[in-house]
Formats: sequence, structure tokens, C-alpha cells
Amino acid sequence: MRRLPVFTAAILFALSGVSAHAETPTSILNASYDVARELYVAIDAAYVAKYAKDTGKTLEVKQSHAGSSKQARSILEGLDADVVTFNQATDIQVLADKGFVAADWAEKFPNGASPYYSLPVFLVRAGNPKGIKDWSDLVRDDVKLVFPNPKTSGNARYTYLAATAYAKEAFGNDEAKVDAFIKKFLANVAVFDTGGRAATTTFVEREIGDVLITFETETTGIRKEFGVDKFDTVVPSVSLLADFPVAVVDKVADKRGSKEIATDYLNFLYSPEGQTILAEFGNRVRDKAVAEKYAGSFQPVRLVTIEDVFGGWPTVNKKYFGSDGLLDQQLAGQ
Amino acid sequence: MTSLDVSVGEVGAGARQRSRKIYGRGQGRVVPGFRLSLGVTLLYAALIICLPLATLIVVGARLGPAEYWAVVSSPRALASYRVTLGAAALATLFNTIYGFALAWVLVRHEFPGRRVLDAVVDLPFALPTAVAGIALTALFARNGWFGEPLSLIGIKVAYTQLGIALAMAFTSLPFIVRTLQPVMEELDGEIEEAARTLGAGNVTIFFRVVLPILVPALLAGVSLAFARCLGEFGAVIFIAGNQPYQTEITALLAFIRIEEYEYSAAAAIATVMLGTAFVLLVVTNALQAYARRHELTP
Amino acid sequence: MSAASGTSRGQPQRGWSRYVLLGSVLLVTAIVIGAPILAVFIQALSQGLAIALESLAHPDTRAAIWLSVVVAIVVVPVNTLFGIAAAWSIAKFRFPGRKLLLAIVELPFSVSPIVAGISYLFVYGGQGLFGPFLEAHDLKIMFALPGIILATTFVTAPFVARELLPLMQLQGNSDEEVAATLGAHGWQTFFRVTLPNIRWGLLYGVVLCNARVLGEFGAVSIVSGNIRGETNTLPLHVEMLYHDYNAAGAFAAAAVLTLVALVTLLVKTLLERVSSHA
Repeated sequence: MRRLPVFTAAILFALSGVSAHAETPTSILNASYDVARELYVAIDAAYVAKYAKDTGKTLEVKQSHAGSSKQARSILEGLDADVVTFNQATDIQVLADKGFVAADWAEKFPNGASPYYSLPVFLVRAGNPKGIKDWSDLVRDDVKLVFPNPKTSGNARYTYLAATAYAKEAFGNDEAKVDAFIKKFLANVAVFDTGGRAATTTFVEREIGDVLITFETETTGIRKEFGVDKFDTVVPSVSLLADFPVAVVDKVADKRGSKEIATDYLNFLYSPEGQTILAEFGNRVRDKAVAEKYAGSFQPVRLVTIEDVFGGWPTVNKKYFGSDGLLDQQLAGQ
Repeated sequence: MTSLDVSVGEVGAGARQRSRKIYGRGQGRVVPGFRLSLGVTLLYAALIICLPLATLIVVGARLGPAEYWAVVSSPRALASYRVTLGAAALATLFNTIYGFALAWVLVRHEFPGRRVLDAVVDLPFALPTAVAGIALTALFARNGWFGEPLSLIGIKVAYTQLGIALAMAFTSLPFIVRTLQPVMEELDGEIEEAARTLGAGNVTIFFRVVLPILVPALLAGVSLAFARCLGEFGAVIFIAGNQPYQTEITALLAFIRIEEYEYSAAAAIATVMLGTAFVLLVVTNALQAYARRHELTP
Repeated sequence: MSAASGTSRGQPQRGWSRYVLLGSVLLVTAIVIGAPILAVFIQALSQGLAIALESLAHPDTRAAIWLSVVVAIVVVPVNTLFGIAAAWSIAKFRFPGRKLLLAIVELPFSVSPIVAGISYLFVYGGQGLFGPFLEAHDLKIMFALPGIILATTFVTAPFVARELLPLMQLQGNSDEEVAATLGAHGWQTFFRVTLPNIRWGLLYGVVLCNARVLGEFGAVSIVSGNIRGETNTLPLHVEMLYHDYNAAGAFAAAAVLTLVALVTLLVKTLLERVSSHA
């Protein structure tokens, strides 16, 4: 009788054996956004160690990094990613709409499937020579900005929307004034790279521009990498909460038989160990204990959300980012 | 052997005449392997070259004429054509002068290191474009070897149209030099000598005697180089700045449209690039054929 | 014959103008071509040889080098065979549509690699022409080795043909005809008569094709999927390291590619020398 579970397993195995990938895969692929390169090197190393301890098996977590929208597109075209860790919900929604990800993906993991979050902040050169304090300083004639192209980079979409959210508050929703502010803001951009990391390279290595606008976590990484005395982080009066949603790509995971590992991998991001790594890299985390421990490394800020200010991603995408949407018009007006 | 011979098509009037004679007899079927070689070529051309390009055209055509026109003539697309054409024109102009001088020096001058220089001309062709891109960016960025002194006198290269032109000039240089070189070698100085004995000065000789002979080959090289400039991607994106309406090349716009899931739009823009490339190719071949008809009949 | 093999003919210009011309050409060449090459090596060694070597020994870099080599091993022979077939059929025979075929064979040379990448996406991508079929049969082309190979094949298709065509046309058909008259069959004619005539041009075409295969960037960047250590070719790896805060590593990888380019030029120069003495 003790053999029963084995038999059940064998039958289940036989049933599922139609698929060629019935055995546990030895690797999974995480398709992620551009500036998360170093973060996931650390996460993956920790997870692989934990996995080995739990199961006694070796696992390889492969990484692919590019603009979040580009990654979603690649998956639709056949990139076999088992999990996605993106920087905006829209890109997962695209996958859900095409049946690659469960429709209720946001409920599959806690906090709307967003284990951590960040916000657009400013990185300025040491000593803040231009005296940058808030969004209003970024439209001055003597200030040059660097952030990626909002059309291809989720990072830049948050930047663009955060500036718009600030302008909406400052001008009491006067559309003409908001529009003028954003046009000036865009006119001040020195270089529009395609991804968040290319923008960092432009600002840091090529010394272009006075302000780099990017995720807080990226500014932490830059200061760690290039020296805390070389750059200062400036947190504006208000910014936009940037969720970093995650999901299992069911279509791929079902095919490869990796669903269990994929789910476990994403759950690891919520564990105290995962949350600690995330916080170490300058991400704001959900776990109370970890958040408290790292409270000192994050400046206080008032955060607004896409839902509050703009009524959600679908509205935003239609109004601002579609072909000939508001962004295209504002850029064309230069 | 022709060194990096950028000229395909017909070769040499002598060979042409000889070939005609052979072809005249029984369509050259004396030579074996017609069916096999043509079969392989057609199969390969169909599968590797024509199928993808035809698919591209079909995807672009799905838009319908009105929408297609709207996409390819949108302000952002027009701006990208302006940036690309402008930078390519500047790069080609630079290469016309520099490439001409370089070819001239290689053919007419004897100096230590001439062979090295001759080999170096092909370097931009053998070097991966991405490597060229990061190397040029490192040199011409504001903190680079050349970028720093240039920025002191107010010239910005990296992240401007000038930078795009520089990257294009780098990758397309060999094409002008290598089309001019063989023709310059044909020009053995006798005609110049004749003109000199007739009392013509150096300047007159160059513009009235030498240049007219070289013009067809020069134009063929120019159109080939120009075509390469229009399509260049790897070297340009690192140094361009990629700002829509300012420093965004057409190839990048097509790339971005793909990333935005705007497949038909990407296809439409890509067909514009494909059409331009094809027209330039036909022009180049016509010019080369013309140049060859004239090179051996002075 | 190439410039390198001939001596300078004609009347050399005299006086200072000659030196001004020569001097300015050398100066511009040093700035435009010399400096970038030098910059690659200096940047690669900016943190010392040890760091550069360490970066090259990283598993992802090794995987990228290996992937590029595999792609070259597949693509170069395929394009060599195609180049010979195309040059043979176009140079040795007349048939209707010959000029069009020539234009098609040359097209990848002047079309942007981006156009190539996009086109391949439309054929083999998940939503492309063959997408549903490939998915139904669990065949992976995009974002895997086959896609990279196909896109690279397209971009480098004309290189061998471009070297052989002028050569075969210049040599005409007489040798082959004599061989045929003497009763040689097709392959004998090819291996004993044609091949010795074109071998240097062929070899050069192969070397050049190889350099471009190893360096292809635009088309591959669309079809690769950027999986570290798996679908990153060496040029893509250079770009990735460049954006990884790892300039030294990027330039170390770039230096490998630059060395390949320099070796290519060396081989080319040697081939020219051998062929001019042949």
C-alpha cells in the first residue's frame, strides 16, 4: 500500500507524458526589464542556492533584459520565458490579452502581483551644481535632461507620467498649461535612448545632461557602482508609484513543465530573503520587517498612482502613448 | 584579384566581347552545370532573400493605400528620412573628397607604409558595426579624446546629426575608395602628359582631363556608399542620441515601431527602406556598367 | 589587379602639394580609422590585462564567442556554396531574368540589416507567416539559433558571389569550354579548371563573409531575444556589457572582434600578394 503514491505518480506521469517535457526542467528563463540586470543576478544566485538546498537539484535561471515592452513583444513572437518580471502592468496585460498569461494574473501573487516598487527620481552630478529640487526645475532653459524614450521604455513612461502628474497638480488640471510644461520638459531632453540602461550610460559615462531621471533603484545602483561622491539623488516633492509586476507565462510554463518552479521563483521575491536583496538594490519593498530595516536608505516622498491621477493604464496608453497620441503631438511640436 | 571589389555586374569590355561570342554559340551550354547552379541559386534566392522580403511587403500592404501613406508620411517618419538622408549626404560628401584623395594617394604616390594604408582602407568593412559604434562614441563623446577639445570650440559630435554622419562615413568609406582605385590605375598618366605638352596647367588637367574620366566610377562608388549609409544601424545607434525628430534614423524608427507592436507600421517603413535600397542598387549597377563601357575606350 | 600589387604609375606630383595631400590623407585616416581601433584596445586594457582576460573568461562571454563561432560554421559554408552557384550561373550563362537575379542576389548588400531582421520576424515569428505551424510542431526558430543563423545568412548572402562574379566574367568561358571539348565532365571541369582560377578570389570572399558573419548586429538584434549566455552573439554581448556598467568588459569583447577584423585584413593582404605572384 505504501506504493500507492508512487503508482499515482506514475499514472499522472503517464498521463502528462504526452508532453515531451514531463521531467522537471533544469532551467527557467526570466524575461525582465532593462535596468534590472544586476538585481536579478543577485536574486537568481540566491534562489538557485535555495532551490539546491530544498530539492537537492541544480537549476539555472537564465536572464534576458531589454525594454519591458520589447520583452512582451518577444514573448508573443516566441521567446520562451517562463516568468516575466516587468516594470509596468501594461506589458503583462498584453500577454494576458493574447492568452500567454492568466487573465487574473494580478491576483496570483500578493500586492497586485507586485513584490516591490520604485519611483522616478532625479540623479544629479555631485553637489547638485544646477540646484535641482523639483520637477519645476527641469523645465528651466539651463537644464538638460536624460531619460529614455517613453515609446519603448517603461521607465520613461513613469518619468513622463510623473512629470504630467506634477504639472496637473501645479496648474490645477489646466490642460493648456500642463501641455506647455510637458513640451518644455521634453524639449530639454538631450538624449532619448531606447532603454533605461542606455540612458544611464549616456549620463554617467558620456557626461551628457544635468539630470538623469530614472527609477530610484537605478540611482542607488549608479552611486554604488561609480561612487556615492560622484552623484546625488534628488527626490522630488511628488512622484509616481511604479509597480514592478511579475507573472508566470503559463503558455510557456505549461509546455515546459516549469510552472511549479516558476511560481516558486516568483514567491521567493516575496520571501524575507528575496525582499532583503530587493531592498539592498534600492527597491522599496512590501515586507514590513524588511522595509523597516531599510527605512533609513529611502527618503520620504509623496507617491501618487496611475489609477488616482490618470484612471488606469488603458486610459493612459490610449491618451498618451498611442500612435499620434498626446506624446507624439508634444514631441512633434518641438 | 580585385581587392574588396565592390563592383559586380559586367566586367571589362574585353571580357564582354569574348563572352558575347561564346554566348552566341549555343547559349553557352557547352559549359556544364547550368541547371544545377541556377537551380541552387534560385532556390536559395527564393527561400533566403525573396520569401522574407515578400512577406514584409505583404504585411505592409495589409494597411491599405490610405493608411500606408499616412504611416510613411507621418511627421515623425518624415523627420527620420530628413535626418537619415541629411547625415548620409554629409557622410557621402566627406567620403567623396577624402575617399578620392585616399585612392589617389594609394595609386599615385609611393611612400613607406602604403601597403598598410591600402589594407587599412578595408578595416571599416571587416570591423563589426557595433564595435565601430562604441569606439566612435568613446572618442567623440564630450569626455572623449576628440570630443573634449571639440566641445571647447563648441562643436558637438556625439548625439548630434554630425555623429550620425561620422558613423556612416566610417562604415561606407571603403566603397568609394575601392570603386575609384581600379579606374585610377587605368589612368596611367599618358593623357595627362599629353595635356601638359599642349600647355595645360595642373588645375586644368585635373578638372578637364582626369576628373571626367573618373566621374562615372566615382558616381557608382558614391551611390553604393550612400545606400550603405541609409541602411547603417549598428554603428549609428550608439552615437546618435536617438531623439525623435532630431537624431532618430529611419532604421531605428522601424525598430521602435516593432517594439511598440505596430507591426504594419514597421513593415510600411521598412518597405520604404527596401524600395530605396533597390532603386540605389539599380542606379549603382547602371553607373558601373556605364563606367566600364568608358574605361577602356579613352 | 589590386592597388597593392601594382606600382605607382604616371607622373608623381612634385613639390609641396604632394606632401600636403599625402599628409592630410594620413592625418584623416589616423583620426577616422586609426583612432577608433586604438581606442578599442586602450579601453579594453583600461583596468589592466587581468580584468580584460577575466571578462573574456566569463561564462556568458565564452558562450557568446562560441555562439558566434557556431553561426559562422554554419553560415559561411552555406553562403560559399551559394556564392559559387550564383556566380557560376550569372557569369557563365545568359538567360532571361539574369539581371533581375543579379539584383536580387546583391540586394542584401544594400538593404538595411534592420529590414532583414523585421522581415524574418514576419516569416518565423509567433504571429508571422509560419508562426502557427512552427508552434504546432514545437519548432523554435525565432529567438533561438536557427533564427540567428537565418538572419545572418541573409545579410551576408552576397559576399562570396560579389568576389567571384567579376573574376569569372573576366576569365570568360574558354577554359571550361576547352575542358568540355576534351571530354571532362561537369565536376572535373569545376575542380580542375575553374576552381584553380578562382581560388584566391573565393578564399578572400570566404574570409570577408566570415568577418561579416561574426560582426552582424542589426538583423540579429531583432531575432535574438537577448538571453544571456544563450542567444547573445559576440556583438550583441558587446552591447549588453556596454550597458552593464562594464565598459572594460565590453571593450575587451570588442577587442576580440577587432582582432578578427585585423586578421581578416592580414589574410586578405597575403592572399593578394600570393595571387599577384601566381
